[in-house]
Amino acid sequence: MSSIPADLKYLDSHEWARVESDGTVTIGISDHAQGALGDLVFVEVPEVGKSLSKGGAAAVVESVKAASDVYSPLSGEVIAANDSLGSAPELVNQDPYGQGWLFKIKPSNSAELGQLLDAKAYEKALEAEGH
Amino acid sequence: MGFKTPLHDTHVASGARMVDFGGWDMPVNYGSQIEEHHAVRRDAGMFDVSHMLIADITGPRTREYLRHLLANDVVKLKDSGKALYSCMLNETGGVVDDLIVYFINENWFRVVVNAGTREKDTAWLKRFAGPFGVDVRPRPDLAMIAVQGPQARAKAATLLGSHAPAALELKTFFGRELGQYFVARTGYTGEDGWEVMMPVAEVAKFWADLKAAGVAECGLGARDTLRLEAGMNLYGNDMDENVSPLESGLTWTVAFDPPERDFVGRPALEALRKNGIPRKLVGLVLEDRGVLRGHQKVVAPGIGEGELTSGTFSPTLERSIGFARVPAATGETVQVDIRGKLLPAKVVKYPFVRNGKALI
Repeated sequence: MSSIPADLKYLDSHEWARVESDGTVTIGISDHAQGALGDLVFVEVPEVGKSLSKGGAAAVVESVKAASDVYSPLSGEVIAANDSLGSAPELVNQDPYGQGWLFKIKPSNSAELGQLLDAKAYEKALEAEGH
Repeated sequence: MGFKTPLHDTHVASGARMVDFGGWDMPVNYGSQIEEHHAVRRDAGMFDVSHMLIADITGPRTREYLRHLLANDVVKLKDSGKALYSCMLNETGGVVDDLIVYFINENWFRVVVNAGTREKDTAWLKRFAGPFGVDVRPRPDLAMIAVQGPQARAKAATLLGSHAPAALELKTFFGRELGQYFVARTGYTGEDGWEVMMPVAEVAKFWADLKAAGVAECGLGARDTLRLEAGMNLYGNDMDENVSPLESGLTWTVAFDPPERDFVGRPALEALRKNGIPRKLVGLVLEDRGVLRGHQKVVAPGIGEGELTSGTFSPTLERSIGFARVPAATGETVQVDIRGKLLPAKVVKYPFVRNGKALI
């Protein structure tokens, strides 16, 4: 069973979002997603300053076997990207909710937060997928 | 649920991630695919290849039959146990499948074909059998483990008891029946090692004993990155029924001499050679970061376009490599369309890696 921290919000496409104390939001992919992809070998993060819309393709994670788009859970402007993934994409496998974060945004529409799944709902979504 | 090999429960118990492969429920990895890859390059790893079809072909005219059926020429098989890689072609010169054939004696050759094509291949083998009076017998009673890597033979030999010395004497590309085992010094990784066939009832113990001897369990994921580094084609990706071996990097496997040998597909290949072979299969190394994948578009500026047939991240080279079918005039550099960006790639001779060493 993969880990699903209770304090995060999720998309059913396996991204997570964490609201930080300053109101910014950190985004990554779930433990389930990294396990399903296998060893990551390449991560393409968005450029700082880029404007993202909720549900739009924001990053790419590639494992040995496949490439996957990562969708932004929220609209907003990219304020940081995890550049250490350039030389160490395996951080996403090793620590998907910590050092394996992908990017941070300053959300432009706080109402979108309420549309995300909580941990329980994400767990249900995984079960529905047959995991 | 797909077909299951006799080791299915063993894989599940080992925590393997199971996926569908040509209708078979197979392990893709047991944890880290990259670690499994390195285990084979540096030490020893094993693969369940029981999904592949073993078939015995028997009868006094077996050699004659195979000389007609296969694009490579089994006349090269002079010593008992010697193996040969070949394509089986259709009448239009397309590849029905690629296979390994072992010469055991004049009345008995053994072939090993791909899992996803086993029904088609069995029908194809039988279709040409009649006139030669040979018997084609699939061997679902046999399972097969590939144990590969620089330490693979030494580790696996500890399981063979009194047969170990004879097994260790096998030369590269030779196989031999040893008691209940058929041990062959062949593989699909670019490393030394064996493929061991045995009765289905024996295979779970053999696997467990190999594991106890320090051989790493490896899935199809590592098998694919290893074969790509080793410059070996994968049926269905790099060639199929619609493309000739001459455009698939397999010209070396087609025996045009002697000119009078009449093999299936020969007239089509002769016509292709006469009219000019429009495309070729090349090895590519991506210059930038990113990962080459099958079906990505390849652009040879001023010449034309082609397509990746296989691509992956090479764990040994830590760069992306692949095969592409491109216009014959393609030179030393191309561009690959990766998600809308044209990235430069170098055309290289393959294998990319052999016996643990980078060749590019």
